[in-house]
Amino acid sequence: MAVAGVDLRVRRGSIHALIGPNGAGKTTVFNLLTKFISPSAGTILYQGRDITGERPADVARKGMVRSFQVSATFPNLTVLENVRVALQRKLGTSFHFWKSDQSLRVLHARAVELLEAVDLADLKDAVATELPYGRKRALELATTLALEPELLLLDEPTQGMGHEDVGRVVALIRRVAAERTVLMVEHNLSVVADLCDTITVLQRGAILAEGPYATVSTDPLVLEAYIGAPE
Amino acid sequence: MSAPGLQESRALYRLGVITPARKRIFFGVLVLAGLALPRLVYPVFLMNVLCLALFASAFNLLLGYTGLLSFGHAAFLSSAAYVTGYVVKAWGLPPEVGLLAGTAVAALLGWLIGALAIRRSGIYFAMITLGFAQMIYFLAVQLPFTGGEDGLQGIPRRPLLGLIPLESEGAMYYFVYAVFLAGFFVIYRAVHSPFGHVLRSIRENEPRALSLGYDVDRYKLVAFVLSATLAGLAGALKALVMQFATLTDAHWHKSGEVVLMTLLGGMGTIMGPSVGALVVVTMDNYLSGFGDWVTVIVGAVFVAGVLGFRRGLVGEALHLARNFPF
Repeated sequence: MAVAGVDLRVRRGSIHALIGPNGAGKTTVFNLLTKFISPSAGTILYQGRDITGERPADVARKGMVRSFQVSATFPNLTVLENVRVALQRKLGTSFHFWKSDQSLRVLHARAVELLEAVDLADLKDAVATELPYGRKRALELATTLALEPELLLLDEPTQGMGHEDVGRVVALIRRVAAERTVLMVEHNLSVVADLCDTITVLQRGAILAEGPYATVSTDPLVLEAYIGAPE
Repeated sequence: MSAPGLQESRALYRLGVITPARKRIFFGVLVLAGLALPRLVYPVFLMNVLCLALFASAFNLLLGYTGLLSFGHAAFLSSAAYVTGYVVKAWGLPPEVGLLAGTAVAALLGWLIGALAIRRSGIYFAMITLGFAQMIYFLAVQLPFTGGEDGLQGIPRRPLLGLIPLESEGAMYYFVYAVFLAGFFVIYRAVHSPFGHVLRSIRENEPRALSLGYDVDRYKLVAFVLSATLAGLAGALKALVMQFATLTDAHWHKSGEVVLMTLLGGMGTIMGPSVGALVVVTMDNYLSGFGDWVTVIVGAVFVAGVLGFRRGLVGEALHLARNFPF
């Protein structure tokens, strides 16, 4: 069993981080919450409703949207089309195989707006696969935001990014978190320290410590298990 | 599953080589050529090509645009052919009713098989479709109305809508041509529709499409039913053209042949399957003197084609056009 007895509460409007060594079960928690994996026991409450038995697409439609550890774009679509796919569902025509795709043009203005927020508007006609890694993550974030999620689950949003991109993403997360809740898995402790209200430390599928950075970072258990001895 | 041909046509769009105006001219010329063709080429040969081109194009909707490799499409082709044949021959109904009945049965069958097959992906999906197609083959051998080994022979060509005689090959050709164009247009429209865009995103990255709230299985099922329905339309049409429905169309060879036609012509390209069907039917026709060796020759052409032209004939042509100064 990857995780057991993890009693996790994410307060509405907060930025909550999930940290822990490799194999601690962080991504598993994400997969459970978004129903990519079905839990063998326990319940998942979202906005007070039990969503334990729901399917992944339903969870996403309720406003809980996840990103992935490795960049999750649609590689052979253009940057604009990537975001447009996310916007398209709202039109309610996604099953309309008899309608021209010209009907999707109404979404372009909003798509460009979302791309501007992550500095990708100039690259809107580039094919996603041709973007450098950091830009792909930014595109992924823009696509996720297109759904206007209430709860954003970010799986290592700064992983594999250069210094400059990290700063940009952190600023972006801070900005979007103003109106929504964010739960993120993160390895980069300096990112977490600055950004997050609450930090939950996982180890071997269980919670080791929880609280604001100041508390967690001085917890002897955490220091021993995760951060290691002071340098 | 990647469809390299699809990337090529999209690249040409972005380069401005393919424009809506140029596309209209291209299809316009092609449609007119199709009208004049029976004066030059034997109509029965043309009708056979059109039926299989529609069959392969329907198959491509699933393989090229959704990323699902079905190995049981013969089931839809043949069940529609049998039903159409039976309805027209035994019940004396006009061809348009036969066509609708055959197509409807294929749609229903597509829904039944699709609903189970889409629960798995990759090779397991292919094997489930093959398994079902084998059951249909068994039914075609066993059920009394299909004529078993002999097939359903002597399907009459009654007048269309009770008015237009279809006995002559010329009149029949234009009827087949009209149905083909309609079917082809449905496929073209589906590919370039909001639905088609969701399919593309599913093919590109299924977990991501799911995380964006798309109920992936439902989209796959609709694509499957659409593909099965149009494959059925092709089969129904073929029964009216050939005036028979036989086990050949139910055999798994046919399910393999449609994969071959699609890959040879270029999967994920709108014209590829039709070109592939033309090449395969031409080979079958002109090489028939070689007897059993036809299979070997077709097999060799297929291997050479896939090794040498990975994008298929149309895909390679599009790729060349990229470097051509316009």
